[in-house]
Amino acid sequence: MKKIALLGMPNTGKSTFFNRLTGSIAKVGNWPGITVDLLSAKILLGGDMVEVVDLPGIYNLHGFSDDEQVVRQFLEEQPVNALVVIANPTQLDRQLALVLQLRSLGLPMILLLNMSDEARRLGVHIDVPGLARALRMPVAELSAKYGQGFPQVRHQMEQILRQQGTPRAAQTGVLQEDDALGQELNTLLRQHVTIPVQIKAGWSERIDKLLLHPWLGLPLFFLAMLLLFEAVYGVGTPLQDALGWTLDTVKTTWLAPALAGFPPLLQNFLLSGIYDGVGTVLTFLPIILVFFVGMSVVEDSGYLARAAFLMDALMSRLGLDGRAFVMQLMGFGCNVPAIMGTRIMRSRSARLLSMLIIPFSLCSARLQVFLFFTSVLFSPRTAPLVLFSLYVMSLLAALLTALVWKRRFSSYEPMLLEMPPYRLPTLRQMFSQGWQQSRHFLAGASGFIVLGVVAVWALTHFPTGVTPAGPDTLAGILASWLEPVFQPLGIDKLLSIALLFGFVAKEIVIGALAVIFGSSNEALGGIISARMDWVQAYGFMLFTLIYTPCLATVAALQRESRSWGFTSFSLLWSLGLAWITSFLFYQGARALGL
Amino acid sequence: MLQRTTLEQIIPGQCAVIQGISAGRELSRRMIALGLRPGSQLLVLRRAALHGPLQVRVGHTEIMIRRGEAAKIWVQPYPGGPT
Ligand SMILES: Nc1nc2c(ncn2[C@@H]2O[C@H](COP(=O)(O)OP(=O)(O)OP(=O)(O)O)[C@@H](O)[C@H]2O)c(=O)[nH]1
Ligand SMILES: [Mg+2]
Repeated sequence: MKKIALLGMPNTGKSTFFNRLTGSIAKVGNWPGITVDLLSAKILLGGDMVEVVDLPGIYNLHGFSDDEQVVRQFLEEQPVNALVVIANPTQLDRQLALVLQLRSLGLPMILLLNMSDEARRLGVHIDVPGLARALRMPVAELSAKYGQGFPQVRHQMEQILRQQGTPRAAQTGVLQEDDALGQELNTLLRQHVTIPVQIKAGWSERIDKLLLHPWLGLPLFFLAMLLLFEAVYGVGTPLQDALGWTLDTVKTTWLAPALAGFPPLLQNFLLSGIYDGVGTVLTFLPIILVFFVGMSVVEDSGYLARAAFLMDALMSRLGLDGRAFVMQLMGFGCNVPAIMGTRIMRSRSARLLSMLIIPFSLCSARLQVFLFFTSVLFSPRTAPLVLFSLYVMSLLAALLTALVWKRRFSSYEPMLLEMPPYRLPTLRQMFSQGWQQSRHFLAGASGFIVLGVVAVWALTHFPTGVTPAGPDTLAGILASWLEPVFQPLGIDKLLSIALLFGFVAKEIVIGALAVIFGSSNEALGGIISARMDWVQAYGFMLFTLIYTPCLATVAALQRESRSWGFTSFSLLWSLGLAWITSFLFYQGARALGL
Repeated sequence: MLQRTTLEQIIPGQCAVIQGISAGRELSRRMIALGLRPGSQLLVLRRAALHGPLQVRVGHTEIMIRRGEAAKIWVQPYPGGPT
C-alpha cells in the first residue's frame, strides 16, 4: 500500500487537512501540540489505497521531546511515497527553514501553504510558481478549514503518487548539518514572499488587551469558567430530565409488561440491573455533549495559550510552567489525552510533575457524578456554584501537589510558547469535535459500564434470599470491611461500594448507585437526598474528585512515564490526599455544627 | 564597556532588533524556529504581572517567553513602531 505523511510545524493545520482529506475526526485545536501521536487513515487516492499519516508538529528535526521523537522514529522506520509538508504562509519567514531541512530527507514532497484565508486577509503574498521552481517541488495554496484550493491539492497529490510508485526510506543520516541553509533561505524569502508588517492593531490584539490585562486577566478567566458551567447546567439539565423521563416511560409502559413472564430474578436483573444502571448513565449524554462542544470552542479559540501566559508566573513558583496549567484545563474533558499532551515538555522531571497533577483535573466522567449530587442536594441556584467550587478544589489539589513535590521533581525547562491568533471554529468543526469526544463516553457505556453495572447487581443480589443490598449480601459484607476507612468521612456503607467501582471508571458510579438502591433515574434522587445531608454529599464528592480518576488514566500514567514506581506513587498520593481532604472537611463541618 | 541591552529590559510598546542569542544549542534552535534570530525585528507587547513572561511579536508570530529566557537575547532598541 502507498503511504504519505503529513509534516510541518505545530498548529499549521495538519490535522485539519487530515480530517478534510480522509473524513476522519482527528482532534483539532488552536494550540501547538494537540497531536502528540501518530494517527493514520486509509483512503482511495488516484485509484490506489493510500495510507495517510498525521504526525505531531515539529520545529526542526533535532528535537528531543517525546512528540518530536515520534516523528523522527516514524521517518527512520517507515518508508513513504511522499511527504506532504504544511506551512502557515503568514509565518513563512520562520517556517521555510523546516521545509528546506525536510527536503534533505530526499523524499518526494509537496508544500501546502495552508490558511490561505488568513494570508489573504493579512495581505501576505506568495509567488507560488516561483517558489515551486526554486524549491523544485510542487507548492499549492489552500484553506484546509474552509476548503478553498482543496480539489487542486488533491489532484496534485495524485500526480505525485503516480510518479512515486514504491515507498522509499528517508535519508535521515544527513539531518545533522543545516546551518548552510541560511543563505538559500534568505534568497527564497526575498524573491518569492511578501509579508507586510502589521501596523494596525488587529482584533486579536484588541481582545488580548482585555483578556491578558495584568490584573483583570485571571478574574476574567474564572468568570468565564463560571459562565461556561452555568451554561452547561442551564442547557444540559432540561435535556437530561427529558431523557430520564423518556427512559422511565419506556420502562413502565413497554419493557416491564414485555418481561412480565420471566422469572423474577431475571426480570430484576434486566430492569433494575442493566436498564436502570446503564439508562441512568446515558441520561448524562446530552450534558456531556453540550460540555464537549463548549470545550472544543475554547480549545479552538486560542485562549489556551493565553491561559498559559496568565498562569505562568504562578506555575513557575510551583516548579511548573503555563503549559502544565493548560494540560489541567484539557483534563477537564478527559485526563488521558492531557497526560499524553505533556509529551511536548522536554525535561523528564517537568513532565512527571505535570503528570502527577493532571489526575486531579475534574474530568467529564466526574462531572456526571457531581451534577447528579449537586442537583439532588442543592437548590438550582446554588448547584452551579457548588459545582464551580469543586473545579476550584480540583485546581487547588493540583497546586498543592505541585507545591509539595516540586523539589523532588525539580527541572530546568525553558519556556517558549507560540501564542496563535484567536480563531473561531466552524459550526461543523464544533459539533464534529464535540461529538467525537462524547463518543468515547458512549463507547464506555457499552463496554465496561455494562460490566460494572452487572457486577454491582450481582454483589447486591447474592446470595439470594436476603434483602437486596442488605448487610448479608456480598456487597454488604464488602462494605463492612471498608467501613473503618469510610466511616470517618461520613460516607455511607453502600456508597463506598460505588466508590470501589468508581476506581475502574467514574461513569460507573451513578449506574452503580441506581442498581444498589434498586431504582431508576427519577426516584434515585429522592432516595439519595433522604439518606445523606449536604455535608456528607460534599465530603463524598471531594473524595470522588481527588482519588484515582480511572483505570485508563492509571494506564496512561504508566505508559507515558514508563515507570511502575511513579505510577504507584501517584496512586497512593491521590488516595491519601483524597482521604485526608474529605476527612478534614467532614469532621471540620461536623465540629462546626453543620 | 558598554552594557548590553537584553530583551528582558525592553518595555512594552518598544521595538528592537535582535543582535545575538547566547543560549544552549537546543534552546537557540527553538528560538530560531519561532522567528527569534539575529536580525529579526520584534515588538514587546506586554509583560505578565508578578514577574511573569513577556509577549513578543516577531513578524506575524506572537510568542510568550519567560524573562529568564529573554535575558539570553541581546537586542538593539529603536524608537517608534515597527517599520
Ligand atoms: N483560518 C484558518 N484556520 C485554520 C486552517 N486550517 C487549520 N486552521 C486552524 O488552525 C488551528 C490548528 O489546526 P490543527 O489542525 O490542530 O493544527 P496541527 O498542525 O494539527 O497542530 P498540531 O497537532 O498541534 O501540530 C485550529 O484552530 C484550526 O481550526 C485554515 O485553513 N484557515
Ligand atoms: Mg494536529
